[in-house]
Amino acid sequence: MRALANRRARVLALAILLAAVLAGVYALGLLIPEEAIAGSYLQAGQAPSLSHPFGTDALGRDLLLRTLKGLSTSMTVGIAASLISAGIAVLVGIASAIGSRRVDAGINWGIDLVMGVPHTILVMLISFALGRGLKGLLVGIAATHWCSLARLIRAEVLQLRGQPYVAVSRKLGKSSAWILVHHLLPHLMPQFLVGLILLFPHAILHEASVSFLGFGLPPEQPAIGIILSESMRYLSAGQWWSAVLPGAALVLLVLLVDRLGEQVRRVLDPWSAQE
Amino acid sequence: MKGTVGRLACLLAGNLVKILSLLLAVSLIAFVLVTASPVDPVQQYILGLGTAVSPEQRAQIEAYWGVDQPPVQRYLSWLSSVLHGDLGVSSLYRRPVAEILAERFGNSLALMVSAWVLSGLLGFGVGCAMGLFRDRWPDRLLKKVCYVLSSVPTFWLGLLLLLIFSVWLKWFPTGFSSPIGLTQAEVTLGQRIYHLILPAVTLSFLSFSNIALHTRQKVIDVENSEYALFARARGEGALTRLFRHDLRNVLLPALTLQFSSFAELFGGSVLAENVFSYPGLGSAAAAAGLGGDVPLLLGITLFSALFVCAGNLIANLLYGVVDPRIREVEA
Repeated sequence: MRALANRRARVLALAILLAAVLAGVYALGLLIPEEAIAGSYLQAGQAPSLSHPFGTDALGRDLLLRTLKGLSTSMTVGIAASLISAGIAVLVGIASAIGSRRVDAGINWGIDLVMGVPHTILVMLISFALGRGLKGLLVGIAATHWCSLARLIRAEVLQLRGQPYVAVSRKLGKSSAWILVHHLLPHLMPQFLVGLILLFPHAILHEASVSFLGFGLPPEQPAIGIILSESMRYLSAGQWWSAVLPGAALVLLVLLVDRLGEQVRRVLDPWSAQE
Repeated sequence: MKGTVGRLACLLAGNLVKILSLLLAVSLIAFVLVTASPVDPVQQYILGLGTAVSPEQRAQIEAYWGVDQPPVQRYLSWLSSVLHGDLGVSSLYRRPVAEILAERFGNSLALMVSAWVLSGLLGFGVGCAMGLFRDRWPDRLLKKVCYVLSSVPTFWLGLLLLLIFSVWLKWFPTGFSSPIGLTQAEVTLGQRIYHLILPAVTLSFLSFSNIALHTRQKVIDVENSEYALFARARGEGALTRLFRHDLRNVLLPALTLQFSSFAELFGGSVLAENVFSYPGLGSAAAAAGLGGDVPLLLGITLFSALFVCAGNLIANLLYGVVDPRIREVEA
């Protein structure tokens, strides 16, 4: 019994620590003023050193500061896009599970439609339609990432509806809306939360890829994808740090978020919490 | 035997109807998105001409594009010409879109097929190894590697490979599908393969961890089953069990998964081709989107949807026809 409590507490502590680190990176990126990034040509293309841990880019800007700022931009896009996406997933998943057969078939068709075009191409198209920039990127990523979570939630709701207590509720004369709010939604909460956190790395990676291709944020905005696409030009000149370090920071961030999602799932999911 | 053919035909017909409806919807959505764009395709076309245009010529071009017509009519006339095989003329490359698609798809296909085979073989092999060594150190190590790889963006991996193997070690060229300065006819097959290796390796890492983790889980499921336990009791070693029991159960789902990953494969090829300046469909897609080349963008979108649908169709057919369990249940 004691070991169980310890494990639960450990997982919880780790989750909080991870969340704090992520929040710290986010805040740091927001707090860095634009002037700090400006840089000068005198310092252009320096290798990593103590004063510039990530080195400087071809315009003499400090890459550590740019990377941090880029990560916080990515996180903003990631949070907003995965919130919207998860919201769509819940609505669509519930509608498909409790709607008529025709609604279900229609939604399935719609999911096949979104999955039928490569996401990179679809995000490019949406970004093209809305004029490049933050808005196109957000809408594009939000519109393409809800499918698998919607399927999960549909399966979950279908399974919940078969439960005896839902049947009893119905016999007691509760309305569908009452059952939805009091029985279904609370059960979906953990699924939703974990799905939301696990959507986030996907959203960030897509944001970076699309920015890398030149469709996302404008070039003056600090974003990891833009830093990496600039670094391509100086790769053969030997500026390895501008390609390696910002990318590594992005991967680290994604791994941290994945870890956080795993911990939250362990705390919320009764199966693994009792292991 | 007749039953199999009949069921295959039935499955095929149902899937084809669905694919047609999906393609129609994709064409409509793509057209709406492109029409909503603030980028003016006529302006881009005229910019691409590179010469001054008189107002009369401009009016002529606008009439050809149908700018004054309502969008619905424009969509219908575009759709009917697409169905007749005319995808329009690319404003970026000044050539018919169909011609560009055909030429570029050849390059992309070589890239995607080699990456697909490579990731399938490697992922399947590693997955089987992880399953057999489950919960011991090789499994734990490989699982960590897979998780990390699935968090690495394709284009960054491409940049790293480019940096290590082309810039530092100088083993491979830094890009393109053939040496610079040679015409198409002069390029040998060996040179093409040499230029293909790095992009293909980059692209193969995209679905590698997915297939490996999936295979691992399936192998563990089989190994935990009663017949595998009995085989173990009979004294069969790990390799014998792998060939007698695991492979038969694991190969088909893995192959199905691999066929249904065509969307990621295509999306990843856009990134890999851009990193390595490889002249395939993906780099054309990015160029078309950035240069406001509407006919080419629409053509590539339709083509990519067709490609993904073909993969899903094969996956469905594999599952419905080849798998003896599903066949028995339905019969």
